[in-house]
Amino acid sequence: MASFGGMTKINIPTPLRQYVGKQSTVEVKAGTVSEALSGLVSKHPDLRRHLYTDEGKLRSFVNVYLNDEDVRYLQKEATPLKDSDTISIVPSIAGGW
Amino acid sequence: MLKIERTKYEALRRHGEETYPHECCGVLLGQMDGEMRTVSSVARCGNTRTDSPHNRYDIDPRELVRIQRLGRERGEDIVGFYHSHPDHPARWSPTDLAEAHWFGCSYVITSVEKGKAAVTNSFELTGSDEADKKLVDETIEVEHAET
Repeated sequence: MASFGGMTKINIPTPLRQYVGKQSTVEVKAGTVSEALSGLVSKHPDLRRHLYTDEGKLRSFVNVYLNDEDVRYLQKEATPLKDSDTISIVPSIAGGW
Repeated sequence: MLKIERTKYEALRRHGEETYPHECCGVLLGQMDGEMRTVSSVARCGNTRTDSPHNRYDIDPRELVRIQRLGRERGEDIVGFYHSHPDHPARWSPTDLAEAHWFGCSYVITSVEKGKAAVTNSFELTGSDEADKKLVDETIEVEHAET
């Protein structure tokens, strides 16, 4: 059973730590993934443009994982959080010649 | 600058030989200290681009999450990535730049010619956002002694 409004840990990838005071994790109080991400960018506004487009959509190369699951395959940003949950922000890694 | 032990450097080059004629890919874990990235371990990844593996690579983010977690447990951060260019120069391509999003990290590319690892180069992703990003040549310092 989800306990609304607990503290959630968000893992920040190395390139984005400069926007969150060099921390590797940030804790926010949130009931859903969306609230957690909103809480993160309101605490650290410089991070916003790196995660969201001008239209307010999560950038296509920004993957958001709840524990080991891609939130796109859960209930997207409406996915509810439990106390022990960890969110990871993982920019994609791809390329080739 | 990227600093890496000889055995780890050879391991990432060998990975490209093993997956030839397909691209290999993996993650470099270690420490960042200003402009210096020191690799303490190399994590091999699978290439999910099975539709075009000879000239494209993609690392499953789920694998990245797992590697990031294991790294944290050991006090390591993600400092870069590597992949191979089978029968193609060890220079970044427009696709490599378009798909690069880890600023301040190293992107290592090894050319694999007819199955043998040839040249290995490293590039740092510089800039502050998608509009001004650049892949810039950086020195790889290969350390001989195992520490």
